[in-house]
Amino acid sequence: MPNHDDTITFEGARRPDRQYIVSTSGIDIAVYEWGAPNSDPLLLAHGGSDFAGTFDVFAPLLAAGGWRVIAWDQRGHGDSGRSDLYGWSADLRDLKAVFDHVGHDPVVAVGHSKGGELLCDFTEAHPARIKKFVNLDGLPSRRPAPDIQDHERTQLRREDITTWLDYRRGLHDYNRRPGTLQEIVERRKKMNPRLSDEWLTYIATIGARQDPEGWRWKVDPAIRFGGFGPSRPYWGLYRMAGFSMPFLGVLGMVPEQMGWGTKPEEVMPWLPRHGRLEVLHETGHFVHIERPHRVAELVLEFLAQ
Amino acid sequence: MNTITYLRHLRIQLALHQLRAGNGRNLLILHGLGDSAARLAPPSPDVWPGPVFALDFTGHGASSVPRGGGYTCEILLADADIALNHLGEATLLGHGLGGYIALMLAGARPERVMGTVIADGPGITGGSSGPTSARITPPLENPDRRTPDPIALMELTSDIRPPDYANAFARLALQNSTIEDPITVCVRWQIPWLDAVISEPGVLNGIGLDDALKHYA
Repeated sequence: MPNHDDTITFEGARRPDRQYIVSTSGIDIAVYEWGAPNSDPLLLAHGGSDFAGTFDVFAPLLAAGGWRVIAWDQRGHGDSGRSDLYGWSADLRDLKAVFDHVGHDPVVAVGHSKGGELLCDFTEAHPARIKKFVNLDGLPSRRPAPDIQDHERTQLRREDITTWLDYRRGLHDYNRRPGTLQEIVERRKKMNPRLSDEWLTYIATIGARQDPEGWRWKVDPAIRFGGFGPSRPYWGLYRMAGFSMPFLGVLGMVPEQMGWGTKPEEVMPWLPRHGRLEVLHETGHFVHIERPHRVAELVLEFLAQ
Repeated sequence: MNTITYLRHLRIQLALHQLRAGNGRNLLILHGLGDSAARLAPPSPDVWPGPVFALDFTGHGASSVPRGGGYTCEILLADADIALNHLGEATLLGHGLGGYIALMLAGARPERVMGTVIADGPGITGGSSGPTSARITPPLENPDRRTPDPIALMELTSDIRPPDYANAFARLALQNSTIEDPITVCVRWQIPWLDAVISEPGVLNGIGLDDALKHYA
């Protein structure tokens, strides 16, 4: 694997057994597989600003349960190609290209955060292609508006807009800020404050690359977390309510920067008929990174039913 | 005359056309979906005496075509913002999709937008007013990088335009603009997002295009 330092290991972490490219609309998508190639496929979708290598402990556990686990780096992330533009519909097309490459028979789908939301869209558009669906803390809810005056709220939105526009105006350096391995670990720690340094260091050696100036995360700077737009994250719940396949939702209850802060009572009214929700207390947003063994156990139990 | 200045928006080269010289306030025209700046006729000098510019959005006209799509109205807003930044200040005339983008820019940069005219044109409605059943557009190749990019045509006819989202931009313009009557709607098609804009007190509606431009000239 590119740039990975084999001397940096983490207990249970294993690089994929196979890696290849799926090209779609001129973009090369890096795809990874763990497990026997003739096992039933299980597709894993990562979240925003993440990459398939964050499944290096979780995926081998699922593969050991008898699954052919397939994950990919979304465009602009990890070892997939950089694009000129990024958008939801493009991410969905890329996702479908990976699914199409695997085949058109129904498969198991597991998605974390943004990956779970993308899968909600794919599942609604192609329900017959999903055998079972697991959503890992990718269930944003409609949260009550903050207790501020309407005028102030409008001004807050303007700040979001101008900050984003200023960023796009000013971005002419396409490289992320370099740093020592320890420095980029510290940056990731803001997203994953509950992970050990050893685990974070391993993740950094997969998700970052080293050049003469130092280490840089392999996420296109043109992708900026946050921003604004017409869609509402909680629309995924509307889709979920109508899913006909068995569904498992997992919520991490410890609030974190990248999480949605969704409460179980906000999800329960929208659960599909064949759905259930597991709540992980003392666990943050990245449930599968923080507690890969427990989450793999939940997923394998669900798939065995 | 039609001189082109190329502006950079990340990896895209944007073509900003000057359609006509003049004395007075800049007019920046934003074309409709699938159209281009070079096809637009500038208003006559008696309607708009100032310089007239028109921008080719990403994937249109003489602007470059991105690989693999990913178009959103917010990306086109950033295109228009970069053109506005180059000009300093301007009145906006948006046709169709360009009218929606003009509204967004009026809300985002009210201190630099000296009036916005939203006019009829391709792509005025958008895809829907709220969440719809999920739809995945098929992969499209555009190896020759021709414009208008067919992926743009596909993605920007299905974008969601909630009325409250459009209304928020109108409010930002109305609350923060330095001029009177910062938004004028000259569209004859009744559309939910536009109805929400028109419903805001202070938005002018039902005026002819030439009169709307003269109002800001």
